[in-house]
Formats: sequence, structure tokens, C-alpha cells
Amino acid sequence: MENTNTNYVIQMKGITKVYPNGIAANQNVDFAVKEGEIHALMGENGAGKSTLMKMLFGLEQPTEGEILVRGEKVHLSSPTVAIAHGIGMVHQHFMLVPSLTVAENIVLGMAPTKGIFVDYKKAVEITETYAQKYNLHVDANAKVMDIPVGMKQKVEILKALVRGAKILILDEPTAVLTTQETTELFRELVHLKEQGYTIIFISHKLKEIKEITDRMTILRGGRSMGVYNTADTSEQDISRLMVGRDVILNVQKDQAQPTDIVLKVKDLEYTNEWNRKMLDKVSFAVRKGEILGIAGVEGNGQSELVQMLFNLNQPEGGTAEVNGKNILGVDQNKIRAMGVSLIPEDRMTYGIAATGTIEENVISDRSEKKQFNNGPLFNMKALHAESDRLVKEYQVLCKSAQQQVGMLSGGNIQKVVVAREFSSDPVLIIADQPTRGIDVGATEFIRKKLVELSRAGAAVLLVSADLNEVIELSDSLVVFYGGKISAYFEDTSAINDEIMGEYMLGLKHQSEEEIRRVCHEG
Amino acid sequence: MFGQLMSMILTEDFLFSIIRITAPILFAALGAVVAEKAGVTNIGLEGTMMISALLGMLTSYWTQSWVLGVLVAILVGVLLGLMMGFFYLKLKTDIILAGIAVNMLGSGGTIFLLYMFTGMRGNTGSLSSANILIPTLDIPLIKNIPVLRSILSGHSVLTYVAFLCVVLVWMLLYRTSLGLNIRAVGENPNAASSVGVSVNKIRYIAIGISGALAGMGGAFMSMYYSQGWNSGMVAGRGFIALAAQAMGRGEPVGAMLSSLLFGLAQALKNKVTGLTGLASYNYLVAGIPYLVTIIGLVIYAASTLRKVKRRKAIDKE
Repeated sequence: MENTNTNYVIQMKGITKVYPNGIAANQNVDFAVKEGEIHALMGENGAGKSTLMKMLFGLEQPTEGEILVRGEKVHLSSPTVAIAHGIGMVHQHFMLVPSLTVAENIVLGMAPTKGIFVDYKKAVEITETYAQKYNLHVDANAKVMDIPVGMKQKVEILKALVRGAKILILDEPTAVLTTQETTELFRELVHLKEQGYTIIFISHKLKEIKEITDRMTILRGGRSMGVYNTADTSEQDISRLMVGRDVILNVQKDQAQPTDIVLKVKDLEYTNEWNRKMLDKVSFAVRKGEILGIAGVEGNGQSELVQMLFNLNQPEGGTAEVNGKNILGVDQNKIRAMGVSLIPEDRMTYGIAATGTIEENVISDRSEKKQFNNGPLFNMKALHAESDRLVKEYQVLCKSAQQQVGMLSGGNIQKVVVAREFSSDPVLIIADQPTRGIDVGATEFIRKKLVELSRAGAAVLLVSADLNEVIELSDSLVVFYGGKISAYFEDTSAINDEIMGEYMLGLKHQSEEEIRRVCHEG
Repeated sequence: MFGQLMSMILTEDFLFSIIRITAPILFAALGAVVAEKAGVTNIGLEGTMMISALLGMLTSYWTQSWVLGVLVAILVGVLLGLMMGFFYLKLKTDIILAGIAVNMLGSGGTIFLLYMFTGMRGNTGSLSSANILIPTLDIPLIKNIPVLRSILSGHSVLTYVAFLCVVLVWMLLYRTSLGLNIRAVGENPNAASSVGVSVNKIRYIAIGISGALAGMGGAFMSMYYSQGWNSGMVAGRGFIALAAQAMGRGEPVGAMLSSLLFGLAQALKNKVTGLTGLASYNYLVAGIPYLVTIIGLVIYAASTLRKVKRRKAIDKE
């Protein structure tokens, strides 16, 4: 008998999840939680934490493997089934109805009635009883849209408790909270633990994990890196397990010979709609002929930075210049005219028009040029010649340039983006996650091209969550943590993952002087 | 001329006509409110009114019972609503396209149905007789009060039902468990389904109720307002109702006030059309209700825009 250990409330065995598009989010993961513990599920973004928990909450079905609740094999086909087994989940994006009151949200779907009417008094009573019992103070009569984020989270926890959850999954609960709210949440979670509840705490923040959890399971690249007792594991160990490199790539490149500054960013600031400072006085410079990498766990301001630089969003303060000319708030076609190219993070939205042909996509930035037009009409011959040339040069695997882009594989779609962005003689290339989710061949091709262009004199800003990629490709590198640059490495050849991990997870922070060197100000 | 107009407007008769004209718009507007609360834009109100109006009228004629006529009109409205729901929720078509289909069915299909059933073309003129129309009602207390009597008393049964429905819809939305679910589904379907509320089921119910209300509006049109069915009868009231829903911020009482505004515009049009010396401008005057609709929507859009901006500013702090 395998399942004799009744101490485990949840056992997930050999879980593999392969999505229909072929992405394996979890591979043979074992995950077990003891009754009454706070168990951390750790890993970087994309490590497979959310997928694993979605399966436990019945939102997704595992491709392989089995789930046991209190030693009994279960089939969690929907959240309703999961709730019936006493599993509740607090989602990162709250599942609340803003115009309803707190009490209404809590009883939604199981509202107490008196005749044909909702017994609202009873709903308030239920809310207040639970709030009292679990020390989760909420204003039952307030509308959800009027309450602070911290209280919304309590409402979510209460929702799960009212429905009889004994096991609570909290998906990155502190991501939206202020420091005080976080402290309060931890107090409440400990209180729940004391009352016998089991809590699964998803996070990638080391300090929080150390503070509140008993044990932890670490995921990396969809696989489990093992289960550890929090007390016996140092922050350094955790960081090594979370962000280690699996393979060392070898990119051939000559020593960079950087010259003049091309992109100069100064004191860039941005606060997002949840009042989080995503960019906090970020300053750096990229020079002609070098690749500056930006490393960091996702969500530390990298995406926002790229959005600002390509006018997809407006910063609150600061400046950004390309060859001395402002690019903030400038139309994209003007930014492009200055020689800036962008490989966007979200290629399907910003990189291509999926229903257009390859030709239409690659010529979209240059279709107004004289050489492609005969008076008011397109010069189709010239357009065909241009797109055929690009398809060939960038090795896009397709029947012809008239094929629809959306029908291509991810790697070939990215090659279409790259063909357009790299062939316009850019002085600055912003490459945001240029090889995410694409095949090895395309990845290698794109990396080689990036190095080639930089050596030919382009300035390259490379943003990547792939540690291998930033370290191997970049000439020098900055680390983003909490909307700030936490470290600058002038020479990437001396970096090892362990040090990187510590900066990426905020264990270490370089001095202002060290960081300021990336501005190359005399 | 202006004086002539004023003397016509400041009459009990005119106020009475506003209420009468508002009723069908109000029915449809309440239908729009319920559907929209569930997150479904019921653009098929116009067509629903047309079809309900015809089948209600015919039933009333065949059975010689106005009650059965109204009930059939309601039933037809529910079925059309559910049909739209089926296209939208089950077959995943765009709700706007499903609504347009119902509207086209309403404009073309009704003429065909009428001809098929009765051999008449375009209207039911010869069918009308007093006992198949919706009767009027004198309100006990009010009928003894001088001025109010001639404004509020003596309306059709369905006119009172329309205003009663404002209260009923409000109670449905804000006091029942179904209403709670409707509002939740419309605002955050994920939140609703995460606690086991079936989003599709609630949407079917909401669009069914929406159809029922539009069906009553249709019955009102053919069995009282026009005293018979004709092909141009609904004349955009289903769309004006959508505007009333939007202007009323999606709330029953707001929709009622907007409907009254549109009713006023329509009543005004009717009066002005009758003025001597303006006869050659009749086609311009006929546009008043639609112009008011557009102006109303512009004011509504401007005010929500300001609200959205203010909200954003608050969030920024």
C-alpha cells in the first residue's frame, strides 16, 4: 500500500500536463501537503506553479498522474468538485463582482433566502460570523469596488471558508498587497493554521517563504526540484534551486567594441493601476556595438520599461532619448524612423497581424517608401521581391510569402517578426523575450543575428527571463528587482548563476555608485 | 405659433399621451436592462416586439380574448429570447448578429406570416374590434381627483403593468437570488462560475425575461396603441429602448425616466405634426424623437466619459 501515510491531505503523484499546443507545463511532478501546514510552492514565472494548482482546483485536468485527497483517489473535474473535497483557491486576479457588496459576494451562488427574496440580513450575519471566527475583518455592507485590495483578498479567503474549504490555495497572494497588508495577511494565515487549516502558498519571494511556511516544494521548468523544510534551507539554497541554469549555451561572439551612447534612459518612473511602482527612477544607457541585457524575474518592471520605450504606455517621469532625441510619447512610426526596432514580448498581439500574409507583415513598416509604390498604388513586383528576399534571408519555413502568418509555427512567426525588425537598418534593437517558446533552430538563428547586428554597430537592449540567454548573449547586464536596477555587471563572462539569483530575488543590492556606471556618464 | 404649441402642451391630454406613448418603450427598455445586467446586449427587441405584436393580435382575434393574446405575445417574446440565447450561448454566434436576425425576421417574417394566416397584406385593419383590444382601467381613488384623473386614470391595463414592471424588475434584480446571479454573471462571469453559478443558465433566463418584457411591449402596440397590427408600427421603439437603457445607466428607474423623455419627444412630435402652418415640415418634425435619442445618448456618453476619467484619477492617487 502506497497511501498509508494519512498525514498527507493532498498528494499529487507523477503529474504531467501537456497543453494542446504542445507546451509541457508540468513533467512528472510529485507534490504532497501535510495536514495543518503552510506549504510553499515556489518557482519562477513559467515554472508551472499555477498549472499544478489549477489541476488541484479542478480548472485543468492532468495529462498523466493522479491526485489523492486524504489518501483517496479523486477526479477533480471542476472547481465545484474541488470545493466539495474541501479545496478552496484564492486567485491572483480576484474572482469578485465589484458592484456587489462584500456579503453578496460571499454568499453568491448559495444565497440564503426568505421566500422568494434574498435574506440579505442573513448574508451579512454569515459574513460577520466567519469574519469574527477567523479574524478576517471585512465590511460586510461595503461594495467590493470601494474596498482596498487587502480586504478584497480577505473576502476571497472568507468565500472559500464559507464554502467549507479546509485546504486553501493562495496564488501569489502578496503580489498585490502593501507591506502592512502582507504582515496582516501572514498573521491571519498563521491564525488559520492554528485552527487546523492547511495552506498552500504560491510565491517566488524568498523572504515571505522563510517567514511563514513550514515546508516548500520548488519547481523549475515544469519539474520538481524537491521538497525541503523551510527552517533547514537557506535563502541561497532556495535561490540556487529556483534559478539555476540547466545547460550552458555557447554563443560565439567577439569582444564588444562599444562606442557612442545610443539609448539613454534617465529616471524613468511608472506606477501601475494597482498603485505599484513598476519603474522606480530607472536609468541606464546602451551604446553602439554592445548588447545590454536585462535580467530579472518577470514582473519586476521589464515589460513596463519596454512599453515606455515604444510608446505603448506613458511614464510618470523621466526621459528616454535615442541619439539625443526624445522617444517618450512619440508616435511609433517616428520612433521607427529614428532607427528603433522592437521584438515585442507578445508577438501575436504586437509582433504580427496573424490573419495577414507573411508579405503583408514583413513590409508593414516600409510600405510607404517610394521604392514600393507606383504613385497611389503598390509596386507589387518590388513588394514581392522584398518579401521573397526576407523570407530567404531569415529562413522562414513556408510555402510562399503569400501564406498566412498565423498558420506558421511559433519559431517561424518569430522569424517573420525578426525579418522585419532586423532588416530596416536599426540603430537600436529592443528585443523583449526574443526566443520565448520557440524551437531550438529558430532560437539559435535569432541569437546569432542579434550578435551579428550588434557587432555591425547596432545597439541592442535584450530583455529576457531566460538566464542562459541574457548571460551568454549580453556583453554587459543589469538586473531588475522591484522596479529598480539591483545590479550592473560590466562583463558577463565573470557572472555565475548563484550571484545572479541573489540579485534577481532581492537578497542583494549593489550600491548606487556601482549601478550608476551603466549610464556611462564620463 | 409658439403660443399655439404651448397651449397644446400644457394640457392634461398631452400629459396623458406621454404616459401612453412611454409604455411600450418602457417595456422594451426594461427588457434591455435585464439582458444587459446579465451581460447580454439584446439588440433584437425591435423584432421581438414586431412578432409578438402580430401573434398576440392574431391570437386575440382568433380566441376573442385579449388576455390570451397578451399571454401569447409574452410567450413568443420568451421563445425569441431563448432562440437568441441558443444562437449566442450554444452556437457561439455574435449576439449582435443574432439580434439582427430577429429584427429582420420581425420586419419581413411578420408580413409573410400575416399573409399566410389571413391573406392580408401589411396590416390587420379589418380585424380590429373592441373586445380583442386591451381594455382601459379607471383607478378607483384617482378617478375622483380633478386634474390627476385625466392624466393618470383611464389608461390601458398594460400601461399600468409597464410602470409596475419597473418595481418588479428592480425587485428581481436587487432582492432575489436570481437577480444577484444575473448581476454577478453580467459583471464578472468568472467570479460567478467559480462559485458554481452556471453563467449560461442565468443568461438564458435573463434573455428570456427580456423577451417577455418586449413581448408585452409588442402586445401593447398592436392591441392598444395602434388598435391593429401594421408593418411600420414599432418604428424603432426597440432601438430607442436600448438608448433608454444606456441613458438610464442600466437601472430600472433610470430606464423609466429616459423612456419618459423619449415618450415626451414622441408626444411632442405628434402635437407639432398637427399644427397648422407646419404641415410642409412634417417630415422634419417626425425626426424629433430620434434627434432626442441621439442628443440623449451624447449627453450620456459625455457624462460617463467624465466619470471614467474621474475614476482613473482617483485610482492614480
